[in-house]
Amino acid sequence: MSEVSIRNVFKSFGAVKVIQGISMDVANGEFVVLVGPSGCGKSTLLRMVAGLESITSGEIAIGGRVVNNVEPKDRDIAMVFQNYALYPHKSVYENMAYGLRIRGLPKAEIETLVQRAAATLELTELLKRSPRELSGGQRQRVAMGRAIVRQPAVFLFDEPLSNLDAKLRVQMRAELQALHRRLETTTLYVTHDQVEAMTLAERMLVMNQGRTEQIGAPLEVYTRPATTFVAGFIGSPPMNLIPGRIDAGGGALVTAGGETVRLPLAVPALGGREVLLGVRPEHLETCDPAAALLTPDINFVELLGSDSLVYGYLGADKRGVRLAARLHATSTRAHDGALPLRFEPENLHVFDPATGRRIEV
Amino acid sequence: MIENRPGLKFFCHAMVLLAVLTVAFPVWIAFVASTHTAARMIEVPLPLWPGTELLENYRTVLVEGVAGASTAPVARMMFNSLVMALSVALGKIIISLLSAFAIVYFRFPLRMLFFWMIFITLMLPVEVRIFPTYKVMSDLHMINTYAGLTLPLIASATATFLFRQFFLTIPDEMMEAARMDGASALRFFWDVVVPLSRTNMAALFVILFIYGWNQYLWPLLITTDESMYTAVIGIKRMIPGGDASVDWNLVMAAAMLAMLPPALVVIVMQKWFVKGLVEQEK
Repeated sequence: MSEVSIRNVFKSFGAVKVIQGISMDVANGEFVVLVGPSGCGKSTLLRMVAGLESITSGEIAIGGRVVNNVEPKDRDIAMVFQNYALYPHKSVYENMAYGLRIRGLPKAEIETLVQRAAATLELTELLKRSPRELSGGQRQRVAMGRAIVRQPAVFLFDEPLSNLDAKLRVQMRAELQALHRRLETTTLYVTHDQVEAMTLAERMLVMNQGRTEQIGAPLEVYTRPATTFVAGFIGSPPMNLIPGRIDAGGGALVTAGGETVRLPLAVPALGGREVLLGVRPEHLETCDPAAALLTPDINFVELLGSDSLVYGYLGADKRGVRLAARLHATSTRAHDGALPLRFEPENLHVFDPATGRRIEV
Repeated sequence: MIENRPGLKFFCHAMVLLAVLTVAFPVWIAFVASTHTAARMIEVPLPLWPGTELLENYRTVLVEGVAGASTAPVARMMFNSLVMALSVALGKIIISLLSAFAIVYFRFPLRMLFFWMIFITLMLPVEVRIFPTYKVMSDLHMINTYAGLTLPLIASATATFLFRQFFLTIPDEMMEAARMDGASALRFFWDVVVPLSRTNMAALFVILFIYGWNQYLWPLLITTDESMYTAVIGIKRMIPGGDASVDWNLVMAAAMLAMLPPALVVIVMQKWFVKGLVEQEK
C-alpha cells in the first residue's frame, strides 16, 4: 500500500505563502504530474512530500501513515533531482549502492539489487564509470537507477528531463513511461512542460500561485479546462479567449468593439451575460463565408509544414481581440484579410470573466 | 599581446633569467658555504664554487650539532619542525573543515555571529595576541611541549573561510540526495564533503605546512629547552652574539637542511596544489 494523500496543505516562507491549501489523493501505482508555471509551488509541494521542506499546516500521508514529522529516509520514497545530484567522486555502481549500503544491506544483496536496476535501465556497461564520464541522458538514467534500486513505495521526480536536449527528452519520456508500466510504483512528477505533463500523466494537478486550478486526467484537462488559467496553460498555442456579452437570444457573442461571434449552439440561459468565450486554435477550421461563425482579419501566417498557424484580429485595423488558428497547410495559401472560420459545438468553452471559472453550457 | 619580434623575445628571456638568478644566487652561496671549512669562510673573497667538506659538514650538523649558543643536533630540530608543521597543517585542516561544515550545513542559533567571530580573528595574527597566548600556555604548563608549540597556531579563520566558500559551491541537492539515501550529517560529511574537498585540502596542506615550518616568533618564545628547538630557531641560536666566531659553513649547512622539507612538499604536492587552486571539481 503506497498511496499518497495530501490534505489541505499550506506552506509559508516567512510572510510569503507558497502553497495555499492543496488537497489530492494519489492512488497506489498512479502516475501523477504536478504541472504549472515556474514559481507556482509545485516543486515545493513535491519537496514537502519528500520531507525536504517542513509542512506549515495540513497533513501528508504515505501509505496511510502521516509523515509530517518523519525523516526523508524513513518515508520509503526516492527522489530524482533536476540536476541529477550524483555524487561526483563515486562510480555509477557506488552512486546506486550508497543508499543500500547505509541501510546496512549485506554486500551480496546490494550487488544483486544494483545489477538488476542497472539491467533495467541499460546501465550495466557503465557501472564502473564516474558520473563525469557520462552524457546527460546517461546521468539521468543513473539518477533514476539510484531511485529504483531501493524499491521505494513512491518515486518523486523534480523536473528530471529539463536539463536534456529536446530529442533526448522525447526518448527519456518514453523510457519513463515504460519504466512506470513495468514497476507500477506510485509516482509524483513535477514539470513545467505541458507536453511532458500530457504524455506522462495518468492524472495531473495543474497549479497556479500555490493553488489547485484543476485535477484530472490529461484529456479531461484538455477538453474541459476548469479555469481560464488551465485553458491558457495546457495547449499550444493557448486557447483563444474572447471577452464579450451573449446577446439576448443566446445565439451570438458581441465584443466590446462591436464584433460578433456566432455560437455553434444557442445558450439562452446565458442571454445578456458577460462571458469569456474560449476556442482552441486547433479546433478552428476554414469554411464558406455563409457558414462562418467568426471572421478574423488575418495578418500573419507561420508555416509549420504539417499545418500552419495563422494569427489575426477580430475586427479591422488590428484592434479588437487577437486570435490564433491552427489550420491545414493546404487551406492557408496567401491568407491576408478576412478569413471565415467555424468550430464544432463540443469545442465551445465558456468562462466567467470575474472568477475565471468554467461555465457549463 | 602576441608579438613575434626576436629582440623582444631575447629581452623577455633575459629578464626572466635575471630574476631567477637574483632568487637563486643567495641559495647558491649558502650551498657553497656549506661545503667549505670554517677557516675558508672567513677569508676574503668568499668562495663561489663548492669545496670538499660537504659530507663532513652535513654529518657534523645533523648528528653533533654546532658549538654555538645551541649545541643540539639539527636532526632533532628537523624532527621538531616536522612535528610542528604537520600538526599545524593537519590540525588546521581538520578544525576548519569541521567548523566550515557546521556553518554551512547546520542552522543553529547565532550561526552568523559565530561565523563573523571566526572571520574577525583574521585581524588578530599570532604576533598581536602573543602575550595573552603565552600566558595561557605557561599557565597550562605547555612550555617546551609539542602541544604548546602547535595548539595556538591551529585555529584558522582563513582555512575555515576557504572551505566555507567551497562548500557553498556544492549544490544543495547533493545534501538532499544524501538525506534521501539515509545518510546522517556526519556520514554525508565523511562520504561526500571530505572526498570532494580533496584538492582544496591538498592545496591548503602545502601552504600550511610551509607556514608551520617557517614559524619563528612563537617557537622562539615557547621553547627554552634545546631539545625542543625547531630548525628555524636552531639556526638563529647557532649564531652566538659578541666576538665569538661563527661557523658559517655549519650554519649554512643547517640552513640548507631547513630549506629542504618545504621544497620537497611543494615538489611532491605540486600537481594537487595547482589543481586545488585552479580547478573546481564538478
